[in-house]
Amino acid sequence: MITGEDVDHISWLASIKVSEEERSAFVASFNSVLDYFHQLDELETEDVEPTYRVVDLTNVFREDVVKESISQEESLRNAPRTENGYFKSPRIV
Amino acid sequence: MAEKDVIIGLEVHVQLNRLRSKLFCGCSTDYHASDPNTHTCPVCLGLPGTLPVVNRRAVEYAIRVALALNCDIQGETLFYRKNYYYPDLPKAFQITQYDFPLGLGGSILIKGEDGEEKKIRITRVHMEEDPGRLVHAGTIDRAKYSMVDYNRCGMSLLEVVTEPDLRSPKEARSFLDKLRNILEYLDVFDGDLEGAMRIDSNISLTGGERAEVKNISSHKGVEKALAYEITRQRSARRRGVAQVQETRHYDELRGITVSIRTKEEAHDYRYFPEPDLVPMRIADWVPKVEAELPELPDAKRERFVAQYAIADDHARSLTSEIRVANFYEVVAKRAPPRLAAVWIADVLKGELNYRDVTIDRFSSHQMVEILDMIEKGKITEKAAVEVIRTILDHSGDPSVVDPVAVVEAKGLARAEDDAVKAAVRAAVEESAQAVADYRAGNEKAINFIVGVVMKKTRGRADPGEANRLVKEALDGI
Repeated sequence: MITGEDVDHISWLASIKVSEEERSAFVASFNSVLDYFHQLDELETEDVEPTYRVVDLTNVFREDVVKESISQEESLRNAPRTENGYFKSPRIV
Repeated sequence: MAEKDVIIGLEVHVQLNRLRSKLFCGCSTDYHASDPNTHTCPVCLGLPGTLPVVNRRAVEYAIRVALALNCDIQGETLFYRKNYYYPDLPKAFQITQYDFPLGLGGSILIKGEDGEEKKIRITRVHMEEDPGRLVHAGTIDRAKYSMVDYNRCGMSLLEVVTEPDLRSPKEARSFLDKLRNILEYLDVFDGDLEGAMRIDSNISLTGGERAEVKNISSHKGVEKALAYEITRQRSARRRGVAQVQETRHYDELRGITVSIRTKEEAHDYRYFPEPDLVPMRIADWVPKVEAELPELPDAKRERFVAQYAIADDHARSLTSEIRVANFYEVVAKRAPPRLAAVWIADVLKGELNYRDVTIDRFSSHQMVEILDMIEKGKITEKAAVEVIRTILDHSGDPSVVDPVAVVEAKGLARAEDDAVKAAVRAAVEESAQAVADYRAGNEKAINFIVGVVMKKTRGRADPGEANRLVKEALDGI
């Protein structure tokens, strides 16, 4: 069961503020998603290897070759705040 | 000082900075002298819709390191996402390893506090991408905002985790020195580059909780930060304050550690396998990489002792840096190997350390010439040291390069026998009181007269020879 406190925790991890109404809405929708997945509990998985991925590919590599980077201006283009060529962000400690 | 109640484990982040390009994109690793955010692309900036592709050579280098650290290489290894929200990671997750790391269960030998070889166990070696670099105006706990440079973001990083086998700050430093040395032997790492090695350490006193000290960027810093932390934890214990498990930040400028208040939730990383990357089956690569491993420090040290018949301490000193080891081998081919070992390990290295410069400042040819002059008795040992210092202090000055010319220019050649004899005669004449003392049975008075001889010849006489001549003069009269 997902509680209001779980929603607070998740919103803290995601750095997204939720309002009181959104909080109860998320409790309801998270629980309905979880319920849906609980159907899996009906299956016997004792002797089944965990599946990490569904495509059977391995060893996809690139060679150690330098490609041109984008310019500083281009790099910073989407940033709301910059200073002297740096991205500017709130201090998080 | 070995302290039985001190328990230290390290997590060392090592940049594979000899690679040309980053771990998951083609951006150049050569950013150290560049403006911020000039070595980025949509992949390392984490823009939506981009996909990482693993640099094959980075995996080869990682295997090389894991093997050199005596780890077992996992035949199949995976990347995971480690989720956390911090401005140094534009994607809000770091691609790293978790279960199935590349290397497990290794070890490094260091010289322990008691002077004996000590094995430090290595828990794991795993690959990950380096986050960006945060810059703060002022200190981190007072800055109003962070400035972010993503040039470093996506650099290939190895995390080397030790078991809590270290017992003092000095041992921690020995471990790091040895690790750096091995990495440079492997040619995957340049420790001189800023940010090449960054260290987090766990430290506790027996029976107490541990503190994690983050953000240490130099070997000297580790020794200082850990010494500070031991003192802090001891005095807290004396005052009856229990150490709580916490993260502390090392402030290099102030030389102290500061508690960073992190909520417990901060370690909720929600690891899951990186869906954008496929597993790496590397079992087949291992024999080839292993066969190509260069001679490592411990093996080289043993060979030096056997091949050149030099002392173990000298061999250890010479092999503690690949450039010095190579320098020694070149010199030892053209000069007596034991003499070369003494002069390079005991004298040259000391003079380099004192000036905080590397051996690139001195050429093997210069060393060979100096050793030749010592061996042929053309200069005294004192004069040889003077030549080395003069050359180092005039680095870049083309007129102060040739040792023979330096000896001439500074008049350092050993005084001719006649000149020494003349100096002895004059010294005996001038030192009536010392002569009388000597005759009265005070053997030590001779030292005074030898001192006068050395002064008269400006140090160019061999002290042993001067002593013999003075004695002869006194006893013969």
